[in-house]
Amino acid sequence: MTAAPQDLKGAERDGLRRFATIWSRAVYPVTATSMTRAEFEDHLYPLAELLGDALHSHPFSPAAGREVGVALVAAHCTDPEALPQILGVVESYLVLYSSEADPLPVDEGRARCSRLQHAIAAGFSRALRERTRTEQESLSRAALAAQTAVEEALHTSETRFRAVFEDATIGIGIADMDGRIRDVNGALARMFGRSEDELRRRSVNDWVHPGDATDVYRKHRELVRGERDHFRVEKPFPRPDGTVLWTNMTISLLRGAEGEPRYQLALLEDITERRLLHLRLRYEATHDELTGLPNRTLFAERLERVLSAEGPARFGLCYLDIDGFKAVNDSLGHAVGDQLLVSVAERLQSCATSPAHLVARIGGDEFVALITDPSGRDEVTELARQALAALATPITIDGRELSVRASIGIVEGPSGELGPAEVMRSADITMYRAKDAGGNRYELADPDSDARAIDRHSLTNHLPAALERDEFFLEYQPLIRMSDGRVDGAEALVRWHHPVHGRLGPDRFIPMAEHTGLIVPLGRWVLEQAVEQAREWQRQLAASGTERAPTEPLRVNVNLSPRQLHHPDLVPDTVAVLEAAGVSPDSLCLEVTESALIGADEDELKPLRQLAELGVEIALDDFGTGYSNLANLRRLPATTLKLDRSFTQGLQRHPADPVDVTFVGGIISLAHALGLRVTVEGVETEAQALQLRQLDCDTAQGWYYARPSAAKDIPAYWAQAG
Amino acid sequence: MNKLETLMERPAWAPQGIDLTVPSVSRIYDYYLGGSHNFEVDRDAGRKATEAWPGLPKIMQANRAFMRRAIRYAAEQGVTQFLDIGSGIPTFGNVHEVALKADPAAHVVYVDNDPVAVAHSRAVLHDCDQADVVSADFRSPQDVLLSTEVERLLDFDRPVAVLLVALLHFVEDKDDPWKTVAEFRDALAPGSLLVLSHAGEGETRRPARAEEFMDVYRNFGSPLSLRPREEVLRFFDGFELVEPGLVAMPRWRPDSPPEQEDPVTFGGFAGVGTVPASGHLG
Repeated sequence: MTAAPQDLKGAERDGLRRFATIWSRAVYPVTATSMTRAEFEDHLYPLAELLGDALHSHPFSPAAGREVGVALVAAHCTDPEALPQILGVVESYLVLYSSEADPLPVDEGRARCSRLQHAIAAGFSRALRERTRTEQESLSRAALAAQTAVEEALHTSETRFRAVFEDATIGIGIADMDGRIRDVNGALARMFGRSEDELRRRSVNDWVHPGDATDVYRKHRELVRGERDHFRVEKPFPRPDGTVLWTNMTISLLRGAEGEPRYQLALLEDITERRLLHLRLRYEATHDELTGLPNRTLFAERLERVLSAEGPARFGLCYLDIDGFKAVNDSLGHAVGDQLLVSVAERLQSCATSPAHLVARIGGDEFVALITDPSGRDEVTELARQALAALATPITIDGRELSVRASIGIVEGPSGELGPAEVMRSADITMYRAKDAGGNRYELADPDSDARAIDRHSLTNHLPAALERDEFFLEYQPLIRMSDGRVDGAEALVRWHHPVHGRLGPDRFIPMAEHTGLIVPLGRWVLEQAVEQAREWQRQLAASGTERAPTEPLRVNVNLSPRQLHHPDLVPDTVAVLEAAGVSPDSLCLEVTESALIGADEDELKPLRQLAELGVEIALDDFGTGYSNLANLRRLPATTLKLDRSFTQGLQRHPADPVDVTFVGGIISLAHALGLRVTVEGVETEAQALQLRQLDCDTAQGWYYARPSAAKDIPAYWAQAG
Repeated sequence: MNKLETLMERPAWAPQGIDLTVPSVSRIYDYYLGGSHNFEVDRDAGRKATEAWPGLPKIMQANRAFMRRAIRYAAEQGVTQFLDIGSGIPTFGNVHEVALKADPAAHVVYVDNDPVAVAHSRAVLHDCDQADVVSADFRSPQDVLLSTEVERLLDFDRPVAVLLVALLHFVEDKDDPWKTVAEFRDALAPGSLLVLSHAGEGETRRPARAEEFMDVYRNFGSPLSLRPREEVLRFFDGFELVEPGLVAMPRWRPDSPPEQEDPVTFGGFAGVGTVPASGHLG
């Protein structure tokens, strides 16, 4: 009562500070405030002051309590537990800590404090209610705003999506899980040739088409069951105008929020045109342009399939080649040749009566008929027979009747054993067998023939390397001069020391070498070796002092094949070889078969004539086996006739066949009359030798005198005969 | 006729819808803090969660307090740009309030993927030029960094404080939050800060009914990943942790003795890292 007001105030403040501390300690744990304890206490102090002032105000008003309640809510003392804590401290400590300077009567103090508490509670509740309402409202407004924003964005996206849907060139359709079509776009309607409304009344199950891939419905069932999310197929659809729409269709499953199948979405791309183009390209790629028959590609595919067929299936193949087709082309022109092929194709096609028969043209004049799983060999040979019969009637082209002959190789057997290449090789070999047998016939493949042909084939393949590897060697067979029994020379005979097959005679490889052209380098090699050998023998002979007229050099005979004969380098090569060896041209006799010269004109004979003029001897080999045109003999540049062994066989007997004796004698006389010497091959008996000498034959060759042998063995013969 | 739209799956560019029957992490957080920015579904979830882990409101409060101290710390370092990702429903003691109080020139961008939180933030920030909100997801950093709001308010040539407060435990390992944090880090200038708090065991044991609590969040599609300290520490790869390092929330640069705090708030981790100056010339 006596204290100064300032001091009173100070004391009051200290009390209220302590009150705020107690208050803070009680309330802080139940607030959600982010203030620190110190901050919170600072925050509470002004409120404590307000309460302290109110408690002592004259006249007393509890209004400040409401303010304090509002401020406490603002300080996030909003937990329901906060209010008892707030009021508890006010109840217990407010009067105590705010009344030091101006103590109120106890009852008055308690009454005022109660009224202040009521006001705090009222202010607190009102503020809390207001805040709750405000927050709820602002949250609702936020939710609404967010929803509006989402909806607007959604609407925008839907507008965009609708535009995509409607303007898409791809067909889009939606159906429910029962298959009922719910929506389609314009592109789909146009593709189907129906209105959108019409389509919406349909079900996806209406569109089963016989052209559907087999697994479409399995995949679709999986999709409907929710086991598959999408699949893609090529699917045909019937259009109202009877045409077929081909589509590339993707079906996707649309699921609901819970993942349950809700709708099926189909995206369809019209591939009708593309498919037609593809089919046409495929047709073109697999058919022969000229005849319209399937071509080699299609045939190869079918053959592959037939040969790899599972189960006990068989196959039959007729491989047909027109005999002498080249002559038709050469003599009548390709236009006629083409027409002929078209007619042949038609006739062959007419023989193929079953879908299991595929007739194809696989090359120029090569046709095949492939039979899938024939009933037996008879069905295949019957087809071959029919094919030959169908071609038997001459074909009329431009008023000209052309006879068509063909050779057919048949391969027939169980599937799964041979590969396509093996089958084709066998068919080829067999067809050539039919041709070799005269043509216009069929032959059945047999393993032995195949093996022989394959053997030939492999020899052919190894020929070039053989020359490089020095696998060839020469043997010589002496030629005996009948007048005195001396060795006149020797014929060089080539052999092949094959690394696998051993020693092979010329009959095994010369035809192939001739065929492949290897005969040219091989022939040149033989020529070099033989001429070199002649030089060596001549040197030996001179060294041995054996008397021999310089006009009669020891000679080597070398065979010249038709291809060599026509080779442009024949003359220079031969001259070069002779010069390299340093021997005279008459040390060499080139043997040419009569048949190689038949029909040769003057130009073709020119190289031989040049060689003959140089002094090289020319022998006409195998004379009498070909078309022996005696009149022709005069103009050939030959110096010797080599009479084929067939003429001398009759002389082996004793007494000799008089007809043969007359015949051979006649030829010898004739030859001599033309200035030609005569050599006889194949002399095997003494009787023959005697007879030939009597007939005035010039030289002889044969086992009777000597077998072919190595070069080193030859000098022994002239020593012996000399 | 326009049935189709509702039949089709939403294209990726269409916004997500809002389903107010599903609880929201940010509204539950508001509920924990005693706010009324929540619906019954949120309160229901919040009540269940609190029942299983009774200290939750206190933890949230401590989290708010840590955030406020960290903002002040940033301002003391001269960092006045703030990017608060996973900001939630604005409530008392917001980043921009604290930041503006610390430095009136501060700029703040809030980021959240909850459209309601974003809409509410937008309303609250309507009159504030220095703060704005972006509707984006932490998992798509480019959406955040390239947003017009970020472009307008934040200058990445200068330090920025990135706040990932009570966010990363909502990002599952399969989304590789470490990689995402690194992506944000790579956009930051030296001196920038990472302010991070993360739920975990910390100094306290997991409550007995922790699984029940986790289920509440898992059930509405926001599973929680309580990570051990090492894993939380890895978020600071490429940052230098400032004192006192990664600690329990009440221990991070406290205003008052941490012992006064509720023991429950010592679960989890809080820390601040700074982007070191590039190069090591000094």
